[in-house]
Amino acid sequence: MTATATPAREGAARSRPDLGKSALPFRRRFANRGMTVLIAACLLLAILPLGLVVYEVVSRGAGVMSLEFLTADIPRNYRREGPGMGAAVVGTLVITGMAALLAIPLGVMGAIYLNEYGKQSALARFIRTMADVMTGVPSIVMGLFIYVTWVLAIGEKNGFGGALALACLMLPIVIRSSEEMLRLVPDELRQASAALGARKWRTIVTVVLPSAISGITSGSLLAVARAAGETAPIIVTVGIAFAANPDLFDGGNTTLAAQIYRNASLTFAGAQDRAWGAALTLIAIVLLFTIIARLIAARFALKER
Amino acid sequence: MEFPLTQLDRAPASDVTTPGRGRTLDRVFGGASYGAGLLVLGVLALILLSTTWEALPAFQHSGFDFIFGQRWAPNNPDLPLFGTLTFLYGTAVSSLLALLIAVPVSIGIALFLTELAPRWLRVPAVTVIDLLAAVPSVVFGLVGILVIAPAALPLYQWIHDLVVNVPVLGSVFGPAVNGNTFATAGVILAVMVIPIITSISREVFDTVPVADKQAAYALGATRWEMIKGAVFPHSFAGLVGAAMLGLGRAMGETIAVTLVIGGSTQIAANLFASGNSMAAVIAQQWGEASGLHTSALIGIGVVLFAMTVLVNYSARVIVRRAEIRMKGATA
Repeated sequence: MTATATPAREGAARSRPDLGKSALPFRRRFANRGMTVLIAACLLLAILPLGLVVYEVVSRGAGVMSLEFLTADIPRNYRREGPGMGAAVVGTLVITGMAALLAIPLGVMGAIYLNEYGKQSALARFIRTMADVMTGVPSIVMGLFIYVTWVLAIGEKNGFGGALALACLMLPIVIRSSEEMLRLVPDELRQASAALGARKWRTIVTVVLPSAISGITSGSLLAVARAAGETAPIIVTVGIAFAANPDLFDGGNTTLAAQIYRNASLTFAGAQDRAWGAALTLIAIVLLFTIIARLIAARFALKER
Repeated sequence: MEFPLTQLDRAPASDVTTPGRGRTLDRVFGGASYGAGLLVLGVLALILLSTTWEALPAFQHSGFDFIFGQRWAPNNPDLPLFGTLTFLYGTAVSSLLALLIAVPVSIGIALFLTELAPRWLRVPAVTVIDLLAAVPSVVFGLVGILVIAPAALPLYQWIHDLVVNVPVLGSVFGPAVNGNTFATAGVILAVMVIPIITSISREVFDTVPVADKQAAYALGATRWEMIKGAVFPHSFAGLVGAAMLGLGRAMGETIAVTLVIGGSTQIAANLFASGNSMAAVIAQQWGEASGLHTSALIGIGVVLFAMTVLVNYSARVIVRRAEIRMKGATA
């Protein structure tokens, strides 16, 4: 390989056509090399902001992080320095948890309809497209929707409204990812189950779902991670709280994301510190869910082979 | 042995399974899943109807000025004005700027992953993109307002000084007062839409037939010439769809933009000026709004919903068509 590049081989090259890269005209070689470098540089352009965000959040958030920060109430005066994000930690967990409880069963049922019943029918294809469209509905619009249909109906902003909005955002993601997983289940399993005399629902519940369960879990966890970081629907629907409020149906609530938003636009050092601390907590929660989802997905992939 | 499941289901009741309880459960289960499937359509329809209904007072109050009016004065005591053209403009400028940055970079990353990357590098590279997608938008906003905006201000001023006497560039890169500008919003949005454009572009590039690529190499093409001659022509439609999906995401992105766009109501050609976007104005003014003002903010949401659904739907159709055509080509 090195020999073809040196001019010492010119004599040999005359008798045999030189097919090495060095035989290409300079312009073509330059364009190829230049574009290769540019393409690789694009990946660096993606790593750069990720690195910056992680570095800033960890370095600024670590200073305020403590057990007290995670559990203490949020100071009612934004100017005050010192901890507390307890209310937001509790709010994030209960609101996201309730959203998951609503969206995952419905989403999986929807996926079962698409893959086991509807298949390639016109209605199923339409629902599939609309689920894709629904993933693109801005989260703030979802918040406005729940405000109009839930908050105005019951006359109070509370945590459940936020859970409903997050559930609406998660639903299409769960449907589409679960359907992908159901599609991977080999048809032979369904036929074998049917041949043993099992009815369709039995086949789905005892054969199809168990073989797709790790993929469905992983997709659902990714949807949960996405929902936990949503801000816009929360600030529209759940109101405000300073002390931890685990009751979703009574009184205002708050989440880490909403607190980051509220504190980030203030100029007080105490508020900004709390924003960084909340960001570190939120990123930790989101990453935890994402990593668990990836681990489950990786094990599933191994089992398949 | 092809044995369609549906035929088994339609077998007469005299078969081996016992009729009765099982059949009822079958119907209940099938009905429940059918309902869950329809839920998607129901929610989408309900979003459109309920929000439009709630926004109706503002629509009636402003008429066509709701979209074409430039004056936004919700607290005007005599006659509140709800003209949202400035927000429409802000949404358009920030998301188009985001696309301008994100599309080339995303296509580059997708090419790197499908054509260039050695096997060992592929998994970590995909992980980086996945993690970028997992970072909540409010965290991007936080870093944007407290770190990037202050750091970008000198850069904006430097660029302005550089082009101040050039006719068009002088006004596009105009004077910067602070770091919260259209440009900052565009850059942050670009980072946020890179993962989605990258993942769709990858799917599209994966459908390019291997035979085409090898044919290009066999004709003596370099790798870049192969990409130009075999990959791009095959994937053009799909890439347009990917860019549109990115556009839909960028238009609807709320919190990060709210934090870094500055929040002033103006239409300015200057990218280094503060502005506002449709989603951002809802989030900003929601807390202090009441009555007709709330109704107008919901109205902005309705317009935003209609726009994003339109963009997303066309994008999905384009990507789907492109993929079907690709599969036809390989078969």
